[in-house]
Amino acid sequence: MTTELPRIGVFICDCGSNIAGAVDTQAVTDYAATLPGVVASIRNKYTCAEPGQQEIKNAIVAQKLERVVVASCSPRMHEPTFRGCVWDVGMNPYLMEMANLREHCSWVHGDNPKAATAKAKDLVASAVARVARLQPQDEMSFPVTKAALVIGGGIAGIQAAMDLADQGHKVYLVEKEPSIGGIMAQLDKTYPTMDCSI
Amino acid sequence: MMDAGRHPNIKLLTYSEVADVSGYVGNFKVTVRQKARYVDATLCNACGECEKVCPATHPDEFQMGLSTRRAVYLPFPQAVPSAYLLDMETCLGTNPIACGKCAEVCEKQAIDYDDQDELTVIEVGAIVVATGMDVYDPTALDEYGYTRYENVITSMEFERLICAGGPTIGHLIRPSDQKTPMRIGFIQCVGSRSLRDGAGYCSNICCMNTVKDTLLIRDHYPAAECSVFYIDIRAFGKGFEDLYDKSREAGVKYIRGIPGEISEIDGGNLRLIVENTTEQRMETHEFDMIVLSVGVRPRSDDASIRRLLTLSTTAEGWLMESHPKLKPVDAPTKGVYIAGCTESPKDVKDSVTQAGAAAARVGALLNAGKVTVESITCHIDQEICNACGLCVDICPYGALSADKKAKIKASVVDAACAGCGTCGATCPQGAITMRHFTDAQIIAQVDALLAEKSEEKVIVFACNWCSYAGGDTAGISRMQYAASCRLIRTMCSGRIDEDFVLRAFREGAPVVLVSGCHFADCHYIDANRQTVKRLYRLWKYLEKRDIRPERLQLEWISAAEGPKFQKTMNQMEELRQTVTAEEIAHTVEVLAKEEEKKRARRAKQAQQRQSAETEVPAG
Repeated sequence: MTTELPRIGVFICDCGSNIAGAVDTQAVTDYAATLPGVVASIRNKYTCAEPGQQEIKNAIVAQKLERVVVASCSPRMHEPTFRGCVWDVGMNPYLMEMANLREHCSWVHGDNPKAATAKAKDLVASAVARVARLQPQDEMSFPVTKAALVIGGGIAGIQAAMDLADQGHKVYLVEKEPSIGGIMAQLDKTYPTMDCSI
Repeated sequence: MMDAGRHPNIKLLTYSEVADVSGYVGNFKVTVRQKARYVDATLCNACGECEKVCPATHPDEFQMGLSTRRAVYLPFPQAVPSAYLLDMETCLGTNPIACGKCAEVCEKQAIDYDDQDELTVIEVGAIVVATGMDVYDPTALDEYGYTRYENVITSMEFERLICAGGPTIGHLIRPSDQKTPMRIGFIQCVGSRSLRDGAGYCSNICCMNTVKDTLLIRDHYPAAECSVFYIDIRAFGKGFEDLYDKSREAGVKYIRGIPGEISEIDGGNLRLIVENTTEQRMETHEFDMIVLSVGVRPRSDDASIRRLLTLSTTAEGWLMESHPKLKPVDAPTKGVYIAGCTESPKDVKDSVTQAGAAAARVGALLNAGKVTVESITCHIDQEICNACGLCVDICPYGALSADKKAKIKASVVDAACAGCGTCGATCPQGAITMRHFTDAQIIAQVDALLAEKSEEKVIVFACNWCSYAGGDTAGISRMQYAASCRLIRTMCSGRIDEDFVLRAFREGAPVVLVSGCHFADCHYIDANRQTVKRLYRLWKYLEKRDIRPERLQLEWISAAEGPKFQKTMNQMEELRQTVTAEEIAHTVEVLAKEEEKKRARRAKQAQQRQSAETEVPAG
């Protein structure tokens, strides 16, 4: 467990009115500033847009941030965007964490802004607690054997083998029966062209 | 077919099976067993002299058993490789050689009675699984009398009878008297769209295949009458409706209704009873021959390939893709791709399209020359691991190895680890750390979410691929639901350690929900089966300690199930409202005591481990 907390920056996104329409983003921004380790808490209109990303980059450099929380939309949407953003200024991409204030909060609790804001604060607190404990990760690279195996010599297997072979790759085509051709070879004509199957 | 046979980059291994696969994406080692052909394919020039003298016969598989072949045979005239083989089961015998005629006449001396299976090891970076499908056997549907009436045939048998390369050289005859049938009935959905014999799905190809067959009949025999009995005619592909129109214009009758029974009348003719659902009346029809338009089934003989490549299937048995919309040809196992009917029933065009897509995906991997793997993998602390091997048993990818007997501690092949984290949740010693989803990280989230007003909150553990995504779907559709839920995302529900759930209860959560993918959809093959086992243990644990087990809920929510996500969150809120402050206080107290006991136990274990180490002499 980390005894000394890393320097965390939190970026709260309005997403136009998508988030700010239901969540009091200023209240969330003020709340985030009080969380352990947070040294910068910044509200943005569109964090994913170029100026929003630039603000993150600037803050990382100027405030010597060691971790970043982006409280905006689903990580399934923009995690690659913000990982790339922090990587641009030399931060390990695995030190960025997202809080989903849109799909999981403003869009589904629009009828209850108070509860939505309370939930948004919790989601940010959760992300801050997590990000403080994240470790840099190195993606692993391995060389690839430049050959492929195709199992099954029916029409799909033959086509896959041909396409790969035409790309210049070595292909092993394994077929259980004594001949390739599969079920298609047994057909007389095939629709919609009504031509021979072999 | 011939192009594939002579392509310089393709090595054909026919009459062969995959015997073993090891390795991982980019670096697979595959053992292939080439069965003995007893005819050297490199010498055989397919002259056919051997076949002429062979006295032993067997039903010809290629001709659907409608004619015979010899023991030494060419599978079919256009076979690739164009080489004979000897079927030893049918051969009169080689030990001692009872006949030997084929070897006598073979000028090339290609016959080798002592041939043996051969194992070849090949190294590849990627694997395409295109093992195809089986054709439905209608024997079980007794009302159609497929095994009783000679003139009831399947659509596959029809293919051979109408084919110029078939046993009748394309002259359509019926089996009972070899006369050309002039009244032919087709029954659709035989083995499809009926739960009676286990296949509720549409087999995709049979409607259009029958449309095609009727056109072939009308083309060859303009006076022949054809009737098709159907549920719906599914002619949705490009040019398909045109073909269906042509068939109707050619005079083929389409009658909406699936026949209930076929019986044989005089001279091998057949009578069929059907409820015509358009006219709403019972009808009987007479035919000279009836073709059962049989559906398709998942292959019954590819279990070993599925096991070797850790592939999962749908409930029906079709191979699961990595994502039904966005990764339709990627298998969940990295470096493995799927194409053709092994994924689902499909026609030639769709098979070719899918094969092209699979080849493109393989090409992208091979052309890159290297593979980068997300670093969400497990790490094993060798100090703590006691080689119990539990993690090895539950890893869906076979990425872990250990040996309990030989006291070899667990190790992981990083490239094979997909990062579900179920090993981390299983390890009783706490020796496994899941990178990027560590215990400390997840517990910190639990604590942060429950730091204030914990009694108002529902803690939801959601897997990245399905239930978390189901929440996203609900959001995109603006489905409003109770705001009490607080989600914690993990890659797989298999990552949810019992400790996380207990921690949430100990911190005052009234309700905890564990959610994941439906069984067949698990993105880590079947890691979510471990989730269920853990939940059962937890329910028992809670019950024993007088904590209402229903406060811990389990729900499978797919990425598409926004409405289910909404409903579930509302149900959780309803449940939360039933949990009293006294209940929570009791839970917190009981679990805090348990935690203390556990801590003491762990401290003792650590001490024992340390003293054991110091006793071992150095070196």
